[in-house]
Amino acid sequence: MSEANPETIETAPRYTEFHPRWYRPQVSVYWWLGQRQYLKFILRELSSVFVALFVVMTLFQLSALKDGPEAYADFQRSLQSPLVIAVNAIGFLFIVFHAVTWFNLAPSAMPVRLGGKRVPAFLVAAPSYVMWILVSAIVSWLVLR
Amino acid sequence: MAKQSNEAIFWVLFSAGGVVAALLIPVQLFLFGLAIPLGWVQPPTYEHLMALVRLPLVRIYLFVLCSLSLFHWAHRFRYTLYDGLRVKHLNEIIFTLCYGGAVVGTAVAAYLLWTIA
Repeated sequence: MSEANPETIETAPRYTEFHPRWYRPQVSVYWWLGQRQYLKFILRELSSVFVALFVVMTLFQLSALKDGPEAYADFQRSLQSPLVIAVNAIGFLFIVFHAVTWFNLAPSAMPVRLGGKRVPAFLVAAPSYVMWILVSAIVSWLVLR
Repeated sequence: MAKQSNEAIFWVLFSAGGVVAALLIPVQLFLFGLAIPLGWVQPPTYEHLMALVRLPLVRIYLFVLCSLSLFHWAHRFRYTLYDGLRVKHLNEIIFTLCYGGAVVGTAVAAYLLWTIA
């Protein structure tokens, strides 16, 4: 840069405080409320909050288990409060929404081709649902038997 | 040269956590958060749950579930805040809080599962 001759410096654009600004349309904080698709997107993203809440609940559960039978009985009573039940019910719906949207994305994220033809989306998503049912059955059996 | 981005690591943790959360959280949340507190099923005894948690495989399972789910949350919640609330300028604070939370949660899970039995 130090070798630049005076001519290039002369022709370099000069910026003043009046240089044109980039075109940036103002987007409202509530942009996602207007359209169903946008709302669905934000609700799907918000499912992550309930994922985190579930982990917090699980950590409390492990801590109660560690502290002994009485602590665990207290923990179970606290889960019976209407507020906790309501949060868990809403959380369950959100996380099922996450699961369904996640499994249904697989065919777009990973298009499978067989013999030069693209395998239909529902056939790519189907194994996830089979896994889901299988895993749920195994966990239920282990916990409840 | 462009700065090397760490985005790929966070993305891998996000998607691995997404799979784990989708497959495993619904059944566990349904059982422990709804079916058992509401008396829809016979609640498992303390001894039974302790016997489960003593199995190394169950502890690895719970660790992976907690940790990856938290990293899934950190990534997704970070972008929800950026885009939903239009606060991209708070990038560094949000990043620190989200991933800091995930790291702390992972450490707590590791501690509890290591010392539980």
